[in-house]
Amino acid sequence: MLNIPCPFCGQRNESEFAYGGPVKPDRPQPDKVSNDQWVDYLTQVPNPLGPVEERWWHVKGCGTWLTIWRDTRTHDIVEEPGDAG
Amino acid sequence: MQNYSIASLIRHGLNKHTGWSRAWRSPPIKDSYDVIVIGAGGHGLATAYHLAKEHGITNVAVLERGWLGGGNIARNTVTIRSNYMRDASIPFYVKSVEMYENLTRALNFNLMHSKRTMVDVVQTYPKMRELRRRQLTMDIYGSTYEQISEPELRRRIPALTGGGPNSRLPIIGGMVHTDAGVNRHDAVAWGYARAIDSMGVEIHQQTAVQSLMRNSNGAIEGVETNRGTIRAKKVAVAVSGHTTTLTETAGLTLPLRTMNLTAFVSEPIKPLVDVVVNCPDSGFYFSQSDKGELVIGGAPDPGQSFRRDIKQHVFEDTVTAMLSLFPSFKKLKLMRQWGGHLDIAHDASPIMDETDVSGLFITAGWWGGYKAIPAGGLTLAHLIATGQRHPLMAQFSLDRFRHLDYIMESGTTTAR
Repeated sequence: MLNIPCPFCGQRNESEFAYGGPVKPDRPQPDKVSNDQWVDYLTQVPNPLGPVEERWWHVKGCGTWLTIWRDTRTHDIVEEPGDAG
Repeated sequence: MQNYSIASLIRHGLNKHTGWSRAWRSPPIKDSYDVIVIGAGGHGLATAYHLAKEHGITNVAVLERGWLGGGNIARNTVTIRSNYMRDASIPFYVKSVEMYENLTRALNFNLMHSKRTMVDVVQTYPKMRELRRRQLTMDIYGSTYEQISEPELRRRIPALTGGGPNSRLPIIGGMVHTDAGVNRHDAVAWGYARAIDSMGVEIHQQTAVQSLMRNSNGAIEGVETNRGTIRAKKVAVAVSGHTTTLTETAGLTLPLRTMNLTAFVSEPIKPLVDVVVNCPDSGFYFSQSDKGELVIGGAPDPGQSFRRDIKQHVFEDTVTAMLSLFPSFKKLKLMRQWGGHLDIAHDASPIMDETDVSGLFITAGWWGGYKAIPAGGLTLAHLIATGQRHPLMAQFSLDRFRHLDYIMESGTTTAR
């Protein structure tokens, strides 16, 4: 079980959180990019063997969304959320 | 290849079993091959098998980082079935189940195949409607699915004593898939390995591919390994969870993410359950192995993970769900628990295709890929050898992401 640092509540069990997926690049303006770039944005997900930036929702706690860097090989949280939100 | 039969067993027995030869060689590695298959798991070995058998391509090396049959082919729950949702999927898995049933004979290796039926325990009406819908599609392709009542379900699985009318999710009925079965995963790996070795294919264990090499035209040229450079004009990647790790070395990104799936095994007990039991609404399934152990599969860990163990709370949630339906299992001791990492596309269907890098083939996105090994090998070998997509795998292309034309599959473990 992950021990996720919530900026409001401190270290909390993973079971209090809902997984929000890896952080994707910013959404491009669909009319400003080519079809290929748009499809890449829709379908490609970062899948690193190592730290991945991901979103978690403290749904059974304070309700905030937070971002951590987690190592996909070890589950170590290598970078904690900086600020609330 | 030394033929295995009752006669050879008796003959070698009379010689105190000293006459058996090695099932496959460990030949010296060459500088180049016609085809390199990365990964001596189920799909890699089956691909090499069909390349050699149907297309006569035997100058093939199967490279394995660890040991033969030590990856996900050793980590799955050996469930073989064809109760899928989509028109693209069902005929593929029907073919695969049929090939598995004849594979013991084809490989001259006892896979201990046991066609023992799968029974779904259904606890919600949406799931029942979905499975009934699957039944209608499966009918078209000759796969079997049939609804049974709750009393009939309990008659067939006497250990199913939970899920009564006062429980949170009372059982409302079941579905029976008589085509399903289980077999022996090591035997599948070893049987294929022995067969391809006898046709001249080389298996190189302890040979880790570190990167893919492209020539000046951008086409695939070979692979860099811990044992040096090996060249081939065609390279097939069959490495499950590490597909993107490898293809990124060739500058190729793929719509795949790697996740961890859970399994564990109880102590051996006397015969208790003679079917594969699947409880989609509770999120677990199990069957009883020939040794008597209950082999239990659970839910995936939600985040991306390259780990091969399981998270304690994912494991506990699965056990809790199982005990609500099978309270008597509370007495069982659990012997082993493990995970496997595998990659998945977001429509949960596999990808078998030649990539944008000419000569680089992938077979990936398998979520429950054990059942797909024979048909996966057949169709990927067809693509590698002829350049044409086999009709059975026609829609499992990379193109479908380009056109956003997904095969949303609800029949996989993850979508249960």
